[in-house]
Amino acid sequence: MRMPYFRGMKRWIIPVVLLSSLLFAACGGNSPTILNPTGPVSSQEANLFWFTLWVATFVFVVVEAVLIWSIIRYRERPNMPQPKQIHGNNTIELIWTVAPSLFLFAVLAGTIYTMFNLQNISGTGQRIEVKAVGHQWWWEFDYPNQNNIVTADTLYIPKGTVIQVDLLSNNVIHSFWIPSITGKTDVVPGHVNRQVFRADQIGEYRGECAEYCGTQHAHMNFNVVVLDQNAFNTWVSTEQKAAQNPTDTLALQGQKIFKTTGGCTGCHGIVGVDLNSFTSDKTTSGLPTTSLVGPNLTHFGERDLLAGGVLLSSNGKDWAEDPACQLVNGKLANKDSCSLYQWLHDPQAVKPGNDMVIGSLTDDQIYALIAYLESLK
Amino acid sequence: MATRTIVEAPGVARRRRLDETYIGEWLMTTDHKKIGVMYMLTGFFFFLAGGLEALLIRTQLAVPNGKVLSAEIYNQIFTMHGVTMIFLFVMPTLTGFGNFIVPLMIGARDMAFPRLNAFGYWVVLFAGLFLNSSFIFGAAPNGGWFNYAPLNELTTACGNAVMCTPGMNEDFWLLGILLLGISSIAGSLNFVVTILKMRAPGMTINRMPLFTWMTMVTAFLLLFALPSLTAASVLELLDRHLGTHFFQAQFGGDPLLWQHLFWSFGHPEVYILILPAFGMISEVLPVFSRKPIFGYTFIAWSGVAIGFLSFTVWAHHMFAVGLPPIAQAFFATSTTLIAIPTAVKIFNWIATVYGGKVSLKVPMLFALGFIAMFLIGGLDGAALAVVPFDYQVTDTYFVVSHLHYVLFGGTVFGIFAGFFYWFPKISGKLLDERLGQVQFWLMLIGVNLTFFSMHILGLLGMPRRIYTYPGDLGWNELNLLQTVGAYMLGIAIMVFFWNLTISLRSGEPAGNDPWDAYTLEWDTTSPPPHYNFPVVPTVRSRRPYYDKKNPDIADWKTATH
Repeated sequence: MRMPYFRGMKRWIIPVVLLSSLLFAACGGNSPTILNPTGPVSSQEANLFWFTLWVATFVFVVVEAVLIWSIIRYRERPNMPQPKQIHGNNTIELIWTVAPSLFLFAVLAGTIYTMFNLQNISGTGQRIEVKAVGHQWWWEFDYPNQNNIVTADTLYIPKGTVIQVDLLSNNVIHSFWIPSITGKTDVVPGHVNRQVFRADQIGEYRGECAEYCGTQHAHMNFNVVVLDQNAFNTWVSTEQKAAQNPTDTLALQGQKIFKTTGGCTGCHGIVGVDLNSFTSDKTTSGLPTTSLVGPNLTHFGERDLLAGGVLLSSNGKDWAEDPACQLVNGKLANKDSCSLYQWLHDPQAVKPGNDMVIGSLTDDQIYALIAYLESLK
Repeated sequence: MATRTIVEAPGVARRRRLDETYIGEWLMTTDHKKIGVMYMLTGFFFFLAGGLEALLIRTQLAVPNGKVLSAEIYNQIFTMHGVTMIFLFVMPTLTGFGNFIVPLMIGARDMAFPRLNAFGYWVVLFAGLFLNSSFIFGAAPNGGWFNYAPLNELTTACGNAVMCTPGMNEDFWLLGILLLGISSIAGSLNFVVTILKMRAPGMTINRMPLFTWMTMVTAFLLLFALPSLTAASVLELLDRHLGTHFFQAQFGGDPLLWQHLFWSFGHPEVYILILPAFGMISEVLPVFSRKPIFGYTFIAWSGVAIGFLSFTVWAHHMFAVGLPPIAQAFFATSTTLIAIPTAVKIFNWIATVYGGKVSLKVPMLFALGFIAMFLIGGLDGAALAVVPFDYQVTDTYFVVSHLHYVLFGGTVFGIFAGFFYWFPKISGKLLDERLGQVQFWLMLIGVNLTFFSMHILGLLGMPRRIYTYPGDLGWNELNLLQTVGAYMLGIAIMVFFWNLTISLRSGEPAGNDPWDAYTLEWDTTSPPPHYNFPVVPTVRSRRPYYDKKNPDIADWKTATH
């Protein structure tokens, strides 16, 4: 009697399947997808996914097919006799208890095997140790064996080398995740979790905080830059140096604002300006470095992300359309400077709730600061 | 001998007592049926509130860089969406069904403790209003439904950063949850005693209807799971207001303690939300297939097995927190194990349909939709036990998809199956069949549009609980699709409430037994009289009303149980 509904379903199920596969194909060009792994950890995780997907798809198709077939085959028709009153059958129960167990334990075996081998990886050269510190809401990366370089928002690593990231937090729980390279591990205050991985392809990857960590959880991303070994060594040697004093007058003016009226040194360190070195436990003014709650800005000019990715320079489209950006575009070199202008103009408007406090600066003072910060290569 | 004389003023009517007025009758009732109806009404009211919150979430996420909600408001809305749907919609509604149906099903005249029953209801109502009153202060809970420490702590526990939760937001969550816990304990005790002690003569444990079985298992789960949540909430209140440091790492506490306590409640809770729905469709499927349930014993005892196992799987919510591999292997194994009784149930349901005479009325459509959708939720749930894969997709939209297939495709479909099935008994009227079918198909399409694509979104790396996302990550189309699906679900729910309104006013009279059903609740009038049954029925099999209607081929003559 009601069967036309099921006949109708067959008709629309084809376009739905087509549509969803189209969507699947349309998306993901630029996504931090887990299906395009570029390291042994994410590869093993992706392989296990494909295995599980095939098992699940098989079960799904068989069970749904039997269900739909039973509905259609046994739908009520006129003059249909009462069905036989069957209460059950122990043999069948046994079969369908054992059958799913076999599927499940096959997947479980793969799970446990992969889990214990996931971080048994080797690579070229010496293991690089990094301390990743989760702040609300940005990432700090320390390289204890590279003269204690401290950076923020961008993790530089060499290709093909085993990277060991120790995860620390002194605030709330975060989660460290680079979908293309490694699954996530939480950053739990009072625990030192460790994530070991290797990246096999040069390029830039998106990293994300995956554990809800408060108001601006959405803006706690980082960039992972995978370099070849030489380029990484060059980066390390550049990074270890103190900041150069600028030559440009506007930038010099900016440096002065950084040290004085801007009040930036209360939270931010720049080696060679208010810090003696990355390792010094005192700033030049005598404050302990642990009181510096903001990111170290020594080589700010080379960073692509700002404030956990709230203003993404590679995503200039959104901001170039912003009236405020258009206003200053004439005076600022590029979209990065435009983002930086927005940030210095009113950090609380850009990322409400973050720790950055800044006195009200005139536009000219902001331009000078931008010139200085961008000179810090 | 003195005689007492009562002088009544002639012509003056005696003032009506409060419980004789229409409102007062509801306010003061201890009748399990009235209380059940109030539970359901309250549940559906909060269903609308939680649904509105869901639509706000989807509106914000429809396009990248959405500006509909601020970060802070979004966080409050998604937290309250979860809290409302779980604690204020699903739990009260399922309790409402249990209240109305279970005593009728087992041939009892009321619950064991009618006043405790009323108390439980009023606590739920006021806890729900209390939780939602936080919006008036702009301080709704904003820490996610799981309310993780130390984000839920006051400022001093937050190290250098100053952005924990200084406001009242978490106090609303903690106190609201404590209140709801009191209600659930009262209700559960009542169900356990009612089901164990008040069954009609002849209704042995092994003849109880499966909805009663599942309600009993759920009640036991609540009794054993809630203390852990209550303890966690009290410890957190102490941390916030009396200076203790249970969850504060810098003072020697441990944030993971919260997670262990929360999830040792939280995972049984998942089954608390689904087991009664299992029970409902185990009632609907046989009636509309014109066959007894296939494998009664296996369905009942797999429910019990799920109940026990549900206490051993909690840390599968915590695979990413850095537990030792051997512990993770244990929880992966226990999670795999719990999938087996669940699979057994699905097979038994399908076997009930197989070989039957399937009448595709609306309750049956929802029950069949439940099986089809819950299967997806079960499969992607089992996939989440694949620990290395879980490292990738935990805390992404993949999990959002999984939990909504279980809770929406599962529990909500089950609730509608039960509602369309039992509404005639509750009101005496039938719900409109055609509107019900419209609602079903809108929901089936809406659920899959909204939630299936979330699997893909998770694989494409979109984390949960982010209030906005940039436009260049390939997430835009799927998010828009999900918003379209969510509005479709919204329309389906509107169709339901329209159906409810017109059917209550002018629905077709149902009669006592509109579905030719098998269990005792249909062997009385619709709606049932205050005392339920003029004569307490006697039970000789699992389908007592079937036996009564078909004395020649009664179950007790042909089957031994």
